[in-house]
Amino acid sequence: MENNLIDLKGIEKVYIMGTEVLYALKGVDLKINKNEYIAIMGPSGSGKSTLMNIIGCLDTPTGGEYFLNGKNVSEMDDDELAEIRNLEIGFVFQTFNLLARSNALHNVELPLIYKGLPKTERIEKAEEALYNVGLEDRMTHKPNELSGGQRQRVAIARALVNDPSIILADEPTGNLDTKTGQEIMQLLEELNQKGNTIIIVTHEEEIAMHAHRVVKIRDGKIESDVKSNKGRAMSERKEIII
Amino acid sequence: MPVTELIRIAFNTLRNNKIRAMLTLSGIVIGVFSIIAIMTLLNALQAGIEGGLNSLGSNTFQVQKFPAMQFGDAHSRNKFRNREDITYDQGKRLKEKATLYKYMSIEDYVYQKAFKTNKAKTNPNFYVGGVEPEYLECNNKTIQYGRFITQNDLIRNSKVAVIGMDAVEKLFPNVDPIGKDIIIDNNQYKVIGVFQKEGEGFGQSNDNFALLPITTMQQVYGKNNRSMNIAIQAPGKEEFNESVENIVTVLRSIRGDKPGEADSFEIFSNESLIGQVNSFTKYFKYGAGFISFIALLAAGIGIMNIMLVSVTERTKEIGIRKAIGAKSGSVLIQFLIEAVILCELGGIIGIVLGIVTGNLLGMYLNSPVVIPYDWVVIGLVVCSAVGIAFGVYPAYKAAKLNPIDALRYE
Repeated sequence: MENNLIDLKGIEKVYIMGTEVLYALKGVDLKINKNEYIAIMGPSGSGKSTLMNIIGCLDTPTGGEYFLNGKNVSEMDDDELAEIRNLEIGFVFQTFNLLARSNALHNVELPLIYKGLPKTERIEKAEEALYNVGLEDRMTHKPNELSGGQRQRVAIARALVNDPSIILADEPTGNLDTKTGQEIMQLLEELNQKGNTIIIVTHEEEIAMHAHRVVKIRDGKIESDVKSNKGRAMSERKEIII
Repeated sequence: MPVTELIRIAFNTLRNNKIRAMLTLSGIVIGVFSIIAIMTLLNALQAGIEGGLNSLGSNTFQVQKFPAMQFGDAHSRNKFRNREDITYDQGKRLKEKATLYKYMSIEDYVYQKAFKTNKAKTNPNFYVGGVEPEYLECNNKTIQYGRFITQNDLIRNSKVAVIGMDAVEKLFPNVDPIGKDIIIDNNQYKVIGVFQKEGEGFGQSNDNFALLPITTMQQVYGKNNRSMNIAIQAPGKEEFNESVENIVTVLRSIRGDKPGEADSFEIFSNESLIGQVNSFTKYFKYGAGFISFIALLAAGIGIMNIMLVSVTERTKEIGIRKAIGAKSGSVLIQFLIEAVILCELGGIIGIVLGIVTGNLLGMYLNSPVVIPYDWVVIGLVVCSAVGIAFGVYPAYKAAKLNPIDALRYE
């Protein structure tokens, strides 16, 4: 129980659009432990994105309870959620979502600014995070001066810089070519080995196979929840790529 | 989030949109410029006028037929013109009968005269005054060298003159003027003294004159159709109002003003003149204030407009900031500070331009250079207020954006 980093209990999300009522999530129960590497899969419209938004504290459920690190996140207000996002969650997006006008260092520094750290400490931590993703010589480059893979590395450095409980990656390779995508997946793998909890949301089987556990969503419910043998997943991946 | 960080973000954003920022703040510049320029000019003019008036002497007031400053139509001017002249005799009787004054000087002036010597001639923009010995005290003037008109000169109708420095410079450039002759309207006078130079005020010299004994003046220019100017110095500050009252009462009886009728003369002092100047410039101030208000209102709407565009353009940025932990308050303050900085930049530019322009105009009119500190502060405060008032709605809109929608925005 103490290992339960994420504990979703009967999560429901209902959208009311005019007279129509849309059930995006119909009671999702999911426990994720510390240091897990989990993929959430599902076709579009399955509720996968809604679930990701709720796990990422960008949205709140209309029913059920969500405990993150033992804290009941489902009852928090906007500002408390902002703080949870800042401290507990590192986002990696498909479109990178970097500030276009700021250089790599400032982008990575941003979560620390909102955390309220003093400048020298911020710079030090941001530089370290960029070093850890292999971008120590690209710190003063702006996003448009970086390749897609480098941009995603900046985003990963930004996600890591606050030492969050979860790294939440939404289609992290969706905008990258296959080779760069593999490098990014490699990087996430390494981060997992260093003890980070990683949740990947994807619709690509081959990306999901990197994970040690695959949860499939369909029609707002969990369809399957399979722990996979990592070695087997890796070898299968090779077959598919070849 | 520290304010310094927010200010840095705001400056970065403005730097990234230089032309747009300049255009937006130009409205503020115009609004602030117009009020600061006018206030600076009026303050400079006022400082000049007050400086000039103070040279009249302290605790001094004047009596004459016409008011010192007239703001009125032909009808009101006729009212003054139809008054009986203040004669030298009336002045002398006032001097005898009035009880509460220290010095009284009866004066008569003719203008647009050219002064001559055998060798040189001035422009016809000099004036001649007939005065009494008390002139010096009542008008706060000092003799540089030579002597002033005495009671003896008055009794003898002496043909003597005390001249201003302009006349010395024009007529006696390299010689001692004392004892020399000066010719005004074909009458010859001996120069007995020279006044200390006073310099210019409002583009006009204060040293282009010659003073004669008033009796000599009356002999030369006649007694009829001439109205005297009487300068009176009260014994002290405390007695000033009583002194004015005493003079008014006595002069009314001398001039036969009936009870209940208005005074048949004007009485004014430095203070009342300054008051009149102020009441006159007041309307310029109201006008400038109104123009600035309209300009700032328009500028404020422009700022709100551009901030709304900015919020829409930067929806994604707002989404990113919120996703990585920015609270609504941080986003609100970020956009509010941006609007305020935009306004303050415009305000500072407007203030600098306004002070420079106002003073240049003032210098053209020979007024001293002034910085209207009160209006600088008011300007900056108003700019902040405009920034907050018109920035708060766009900032609120930004702060209330839903991070999921904002992130999805393309």
